[in-house]
Amino acid sequence: MTTDELPEAVLFDGSLARRGYALNKMCFSLNRPENRAALIADEDAYLDRFGLTDEQRRAVQARDVLGMLDAGGNVYYLAKLAGVLGLGVQDLGALQTGTTVDEFKAQLLEAGRQARAKGDC
Amino acid sequence: MATIVGGIGTSHVPAIANAITNKLYDDPYWAPFFDGYGPARAWLADVRPDVAIVFYNDHGLNFFLDAMPTFAVGAADRYESDDEGWGIGTVEPFAGDAALSWHLIETAMAADFDLTTCQEMLIDHGFWVPMALLWPERPADLKVVPIHVNTVQHPLASAARCEALGVAIGDAVRSWPGDERVVVFGSGGLSHQLEGRRAGFLNPDFDRVCLDALAAGTTATITKHTIPELVDLAGSQGVEVINWLAMRGALGGDVTEVHRNYHIPISNTAAAVQVLAASNVSS
Repeated sequence: MTTDELPEAVLFDGSLARRGYALNKMCFSLNRPENRAALIADEDAYLDRFGLTDEQRRAVQARDVLGMLDAGGNVYYLAKLAGVLGLGVQDLGALQTGTTVDEFKAQLLEAGRQARAKGDC
Repeated sequence: MATIVGGIGTSHVPAIANAITNKLYDDPYWAPFFDGYGPARAWLADVRPDVAIVFYNDHGLNFFLDAMPTFAVGAADRYESDDEGWGIGTVEPFAGDAALSWHLIETAMAADFDLTTCQEMLIDHGFWVPMALLWPERPADLKVVPIHVNTVQHPLASAARCEALGVAIGDAVRSWPGDERVVVFGSGGLSHQLEGRRAGFLNPDFDRVCLDALAAGTTATITKHTIPELVDLAGSQGVEVINWLAMRGALGGDVTEVHRNYHIPISNTAAAVQVLAASNVSS
């Protein structure tokens, strides 16, 4: 099974790691509070420091999570950017699946109800 | 000769860290999760480990994509957490045991594992959330050995290779001349996927297969799968179950499943804790 055969899942492999390096490096830098402050103060200038591709820059500016993933973003690093933007993983889930956050959370709760009904929990 | 008293597999998502910080133990959302840790803590109090070896994956605190080791072993006398960027806190530093770490490294290298050795290593939530869950009051004399397993950038080590690393680490513990009692942690999972159009994916059926296999020692049920197959079955981040396989490998043959709790959802994950006691260990 290769990446191409996994349409439902994401394999962050060498191809994506190469494509996404600048974007992921920018996200990784946000571990430091002074860098988070710099991003918030002037997002364009901060992105300039890391040499993002046009595709990456557009995706970040549009808060387009699927676009960031397509541009090589890795979710562990994108989550740091999301945190700065005030978004949690459930906000990301909603943005990626075309649902509202409440709908996304409700789907997770429903999965729990179904698992309990089956005796899995 | 040091003794492995058993192993614990547990989820580690950052939301747990915030829930601990905010003491949400009795919150209706969190109670079914936190309540699952009482029996695990009681078992730990009974077996009194001196050392915790923790197989976990770093999420971009100590390691970035500039240099991503497949397996990296901490070899320090002190490990600190740090700002991870997304708003979870830090915890008190952990005491390491560099001499034991080097013994594990030397022994596993002699068994053909090519390890990265870290005399400095920041430990992220993947390491310390399990510690915080299992030891709300951390024993003052507890020492740790963090072992990072790459789950970020593919290709990952195969599930079978991760289990074999655990076997090598277990053998190394048992050849250590000290009389330490060692507990082994597998951190992460179970099924979840954070990204893409399948975000929110969970697979309770496969999680049950994994928990049953870990308890029964029939881990070929899991290790027969390639990593892409595991990603397909468990989700992009559910592949963290390879950390549990490393833990299970270290325990050796038969184990007794002391406790299991499985709960959906915690954040975007199917959360689990499982306690496996090694055979013939006195408390």
